[in-house]
Amino acid sequence: MKARTTTGGRVDRSKKIQFTFDGRSYEGLAGDTLASALLANGVHLIGRSFKYHRPRGILGSGSEEPNALVTVTRDAARRTPNLRATQVEIYEGMTAESQNRWPSLEFDVGAINNLLSPMLPAGFYNKTFMWPRSWWFKVYEPKIRAAAGLGVAPTLPDPDRYAQQYVHCEVLVVGAGPAGLAAAAAAAQSGARVILCDEQAEMGGSLLSERSATIEGLPAMDWVAQTLASLRANPRVRVLARTTAFGYFPHNHVGLSERLTEHLATTPANLPRERLWQVRASEVVLATGGIERPLIFPGNDIPGVMLAAAARTYANRYGVRVGERIAVLAGSDAAFEAAVDLSATGATVAVIADVRPVGSIDGPGYAAAKSARLRILPNATALGVTGKLRVEGLQLGLIGADGQVVAGNTIACDTIVMSGGYTPSVHLHSQSRGKLSYDETLGAFLPAATVERTRSAGFSRGVSGLAAALNDGATAGAAAAAAAGLHTTAAPLSASSLDAGLAGQPGALPQLAGLIPPKKAFVDFQNDVTTRDIALAQREGFESIEHIKRYTTTGMATDQGKTSGLNALGIVAATSNRRLAEVGLTTYRMPYTPVTFGAFAGAARGEQFDPVRRTPSHDWAVARGGVFEDVGNWKRTRYFPIGSEDMDAAVHRECLGVRNSVGMFDASTLGKIEVVGKDAAEFLNRFYVNNWTSLGVNRSRYGILCRDDGFVYDDGVIVRLADDRFHVTTTTGGAARVFGMMEDYIQTEWQDLSVWITSTTEQWAVVAVQGPKAREVLAKVVTNVDLSAAALPHMGVAHGQIGGIPVILMRVSFTGELGFEINVPAEYGTDLWEAIYAAGQEFAITPYGTEAMHVLRAEKGYIIVGQDTDGTLTPDDAGVAWAIGKTKRDFVGKRGMERPALKAANRKQLVGLLTADPAVVLEEGAQVVLEPNRPIPFAMIGHVTSSYFSATLGRSIAMAVVEGGRSKMDQTLHVAMPGGDIPVKVVSTVFYDPQGARLNV
Amino acid sequence: MSNLTRRSPRIDATPWLEALPAMTRLSFRGGPDASAAAARGFGVALPTAACRANAVGPRAALWMGPDEHLLLAPLTDSAALRVALAEALGQTPHSIVDIGHRQVAFLVKGPQAEWLLGTGCPLDLDLGAFPVGMCTRTVYMKSEIYLWRTAADVFHLETWRSFTPYVVDMLIDAAQELVA
Repeated sequence: MKARTTTGGRVDRSKKIQFTFDGRSYEGLAGDTLASALLANGVHLIGRSFKYHRPRGILGSGSEEPNALVTVTRDAARRTPNLRATQVEIYEGMTAESQNRWPSLEFDVGAINNLLSPMLPAGFYNKTFMWPRSWWFKVYEPKIRAAAGLGVAPTLPDPDRYAQQYVHCEVLVVGAGPAGLAAAAAAAQSGARVILCDEQAEMGGSLLSERSATIEGLPAMDWVAQTLASLRANPRVRVLARTTAFGYFPHNHVGLSERLTEHLATTPANLPRERLWQVRASEVVLATGGIERPLIFPGNDIPGVMLAAAARTYANRYGVRVGERIAVLAGSDAAFEAAVDLSATGATVAVIADVRPVGSIDGPGYAAAKSARLRILPNATALGVTGKLRVEGLQLGLIGADGQVVAGNTIACDTIVMSGGYTPSVHLHSQSRGKLSYDETLGAFLPAATVERTRSAGFSRGVSGLAAALNDGATAGAAAAAAAGLHTTAAPLSASSLDAGLAGQPGALPQLAGLIPPKKAFVDFQNDVTTRDIALAQREGFESIEHIKRYTTTGMATDQGKTSGLNALGIVAATSNRRLAEVGLTTYRMPYTPVTFGAFAGAARGEQFDPVRRTPSHDWAVARGGVFEDVGNWKRTRYFPIGSEDMDAAVHRECLGVRNSVGMFDASTLGKIEVVGKDAAEFLNRFYVNNWTSLGVNRSRYGILCRDDGFVYDDGVIVRLADDRFHVTTTTGGAARVFGMMEDYIQTEWQDLSVWITSTTEQWAVVAVQGPKAREVLAKVVTNVDLSAAALPHMGVAHGQIGGIPVILMRVSFTGELGFEINVPAEYGTDLWEAIYAAGQEFAITPYGTEAMHVLRAEKGYIIVGQDTDGTLTPDDAGVAWAIGKTKRDFVGKRGMERPALKAANRKQLVGLLTADPAVVLEEGAQVVLEPNRPIPFAMIGHVTSSYFSATLGRSIAMAVVEGGRSKMDQTLHVAMPGGDIPVKVVSTVFYDPQGARLNV
Repeated sequence: MSNLTRRSPRIDATPWLEALPAMTRLSFRGGPDASAAAARGFGVALPTAACRANAVGPRAALWMGPDEHLLLAPLTDSAALRVALAEALGQTPHSIVDIGHRQVAFLVKGPQAEWLLGTGCPLDLDLGAFPVGMCTRTVYMKSEIYLWRTAADVFHLETWRSFTPYVVDMLIDAAQELVA
C-alpha cells in the first residue's frame, strides 16, 4: 500500500484485507472501497471504455463514477457486473475484475477502435451500417453490441434471497450529509416517524471528507456520531445506510434499494442480499448534495485524471495519496481546497492552473492555497495530457490578454485533479415532477416549484457552506414535520469549516470553445462522447437537447450523465450561442443508480412467482403421476397417465372409461356465487339471458351471460336452493369478472333490487361423477337421497350426506352421460374424492382430467366460453339461442344483440366439422376457406375452435365458427394448412347421442 | 370423514404464525335495520364504523363494507347461531352465506408482526394508523387477505383457502430474518 498515508482517514489500519483485482493480490484496509484500496496500491488503470476501449481510471469517489466499472465474483452464480469500484466495499478474499478488455487490461485488442475513431462518430451506426438492411439485426447490431461493452451477467440462477418491505413515515430524508442529518434530527424531535437513508456505507456525506470542520464545537464526525446515535435510539426513526433512493413515484412513493450483504466476506444465510423498500412518506426532504463536474480538455480521460473532490476524499477519508506529483486544474474555488489537502498527504502539488478569467479567482480555498504557498498559475488552460496508461504530464496553455492561447510548458505529473464546480443533485426532485431553474452564479440548475410534498435542503438546492447547509437542513426537517401535522422547531446549529466556493461554469474550457481539439476531450466518459460528437450533432442539424442526447448518447449510460449532463448543455449553449437556461434539460429518470432485477422480483420467483391454487384432488393426482395444466392460477389435472401412456393414450382410455362405465373429475375450480335476497330471481332474470322466475326450488338450469353488447361472456349451471337463494356457477377463469360485473350492476343499475352476492368458489369442493354407472357409485356412499330418475331427474338437485357430511347433489352433465356433481364444504374435498374413488372401484371408476373433459363435451357439442367463443359471438352464433328467455322484457345484452349487424344471416356460426379422412385431427385455430385452388388473396370464412380425436366415435371431430355456417350443412369446405388443404364436411355440433338418450336415464 | 381440526404444519413451524381452528364464518349482508337485528341474534353489535371489529368473548363482527359484515364464532355455535339469527332477522331483507370453509384463519403475532406483514401488505400498519380493533380487506403480496388487529402485536389474518399456502410460504420466507 505504497500510496497510503501514515495517519488519518476513516479506514481501520489494524484490519488488513486481502483481495484480488484481475488475478493479482492486493492489500486494503477495513473501510476501503475497491477504488480507494486500488489507489492505495498505486493502481489507476481500472477499465476500458465502452466504445473506443480507451484505458480508464477512477474519476470520482462515489455513485457518480463513470469509468471504474468492475465485475465482482463470489462464485459462478454470484457474479455482479458493472459495479462502480468507488462504491464497492472490499472484503477479505474479494475477487474483482476489470471489464471490456481482451486479452488484458494493459493490452486490449479492442483499442483498435480508438484508431478507427474517425469512422465511429456520433450516430455512426445509423450511417454506416444501413446496407444491406437485413444485416442490421443479423450482423451489425450483434457485432457492435459484442464490441461495445459492459460486464457480462451470470448465466446461473441467482441463489440469493431478495426482500421487499412496505413502510410508511411522516418524513423521509434522503441523504445523510450535514443537511440530511440536521433535517432528520429536527424532524425526529417532533415525534414523527422518520426514515433517513444514504447510499454510502458510512453516514456523514461531505463531512466524511473533511479534515478540520467542526459542528456545535465538536469535530464534525463526532457530531455525526452523536446525531446518529440519538436517531438510532429513537424507536420512531429508521436509519438505513447502503440504501439508495433510486426512484420518486407519484404520491410520495419513494423506492429505496438497500444492500445488506454485498460488503460481507461471508453472508449470513438468513439475511436477504438486498431489500427493496417502498416508502410512503407524508413529506420528503431531499438532502442529496452535489456532484463535482470534470473539466473538458483533450486527454481528460487518461488514468490519473480525477475529480478534485474525489482526490480530496481519498486523502482525507481513506488516507490515500492519489499521486506523488499532482497538477491541479481549477475551474472552481473547491480545487484550491483540494490542493491544500493533497499537499498535506505528502504529495507534491506541481501547479494549480486556474482556467477561469483573472479577477474571478477568489474564495476561501484560494486564500488557503496561497497561504500554503502552493504554485498558482492564473490565465491557464489545459491543451492536452501526455501518457497512455497513466498521466505523465499536463500540457498547459497560456491565455494572453487578447484571449489567444499559446502553448505553455508541459508540467510533469502523475496525477491531474480538476474541478469544474459542483452540480446540485436534483435527480429526485426532478423525478417528482419538480421544476428546475438555472442559477447563473452557481452555474447549475436548482430546484424550483415542487409538485409532490417534498423539499430540497442543503447543497441540493444550492445552499453551500457548512453552517448554512446544516441550518437549511434543520429548517427543512422541522418544516416537513410541521407539514405532516407535528410540531417542532429547529434550533440553530453552529459550525466552522473552510467552505470553499462551489460555483463554476459548465461546458468545455472556454478557451477551447469553437476550437475542436485534435485529440478527444471527453464529455460523457461512460458512453465515450466527446466534444466533437456534440459539435457534429449540431452541425448535422440537431438543435433540441433531447435530440442531441439521443444522437450522441451523452447522458444515456448507466451513470445517466451524473458528471456529464451539465457540461454537455454548456457546450451546446456555447456553440449555438444560446444561454444555458434556454437550451433546457433532458428528463431525469429513475433509477438514480442501477437497481438489480432481484430487488424488484423479491420473493416472487419460481414456485412463488404467483399464487398456485390447488384443488382437493391435487396431492392424490400428484401421487398418481397426474399431469397438470394451468387454468388461471389453478393447477388442474390434465390427464392421469397409467404406466407409459402418453396424453393421447391416457385421454383415449379416460374417455372410454366414462362412456362405458363411470369417471370422476375434480370440478372444484368452477366459480361459484351465492345470490341471496327476495329479488334474487329478478336479478338473475335481468342479468342472464335465461328465464329464472320459472325455475323451481332444487332445480337447475344452464345459464348464458352476455355483456351489454350482446356477446357471450360466461356460462354455467345455476341452482335454485330456495325461493330467495341461488347457487350460480361460472367458468373457472370467469369467476372474478362475473362477480365484479354482478356487483357493478347491483350497485349502479339496480339499486331497487333487494339482493346480495357472495363468492362461494372456495366454500365448496366439487367432484363430478359421470357415466352410466354414476348412480350406482353414488348409491354406495350417499345417504338420505332418493337417487332414482323420478326423484332426481336431469337438472334436479338434492341434499344428503356422505359419511355424515352434508352434500348437495346436482344432477348435471358436461359429458352427455348420466352425471352428478357432488358439492361438499371444501375442507372435506379430499375425503370426498377418496370416498368416491373407493366406492367406484367395483365399477373400475376412471379419474379423468381436463383434456378428456374437453373431448367428452365436444362430442356432445357443449361449448366452452373463451374457446369456442371469443367475445364476438352472440348466443345465436354459438348455437345456444334456445337459452334466451323469449318473453323477458329486458336483460343484459338484449338490446345489444338486436342490432342489425348482430342478426345478419352471414354471421359466423358454430358448426361441427368432419374431416374426409377420419384419422386427420384438425389444428385448433386453422382457417376455414370455401374453395380449394383459390387465387390469392382469398377470403377466410372462419376458423376451427375445438378439435380432438374421439375415442368413442373412432374418428376426429371438430367445431368451428363459419360464416353462415348453419346454412352450409353437409357442404364441403376446406381447412387451409401449410401442408395443403384438408377437406371437411359441415355437420351439427352434436356428434354423439343427439337424442340425449344417455342423459335421461 | 375427518373432523375439522387439521392444522397446517407449515404454519405451526414458526413462532410468528399460529394456526386457528376451523370456525363458524358467515358473510352477513344487509342494511342498518338488518345489522341491528342481526346483532340481537348474534350477541355482538355489528360495527357501523368502517373497518372496525367488535368482539365479545369468542364471537366477533367485522365491518367489511357499508352493507357487509363478517361474523366469526366457534364451530360448535354454528347451528344455534343460524337459528338465532333467523329468529332475530325475521322478514328483514338480508343475506347470510356460510363461508366457513372458504377462508382459513391464522395469527401473525409477536413484536415483529407489523414488520412481517409489511413485507407484502402496502397498508400503514402502525398502531396509530391501524389500531387494535381495526380490520380490512387488503393484500399480502399477490393474494387478497382479511386483516384484523386483535392486539398491539397480534393480527388475525384470513385468506381464501387455495391462497393460504402461498401467503404462508411467503410469510415464512420473509420471517427468515427473524430467527431468534
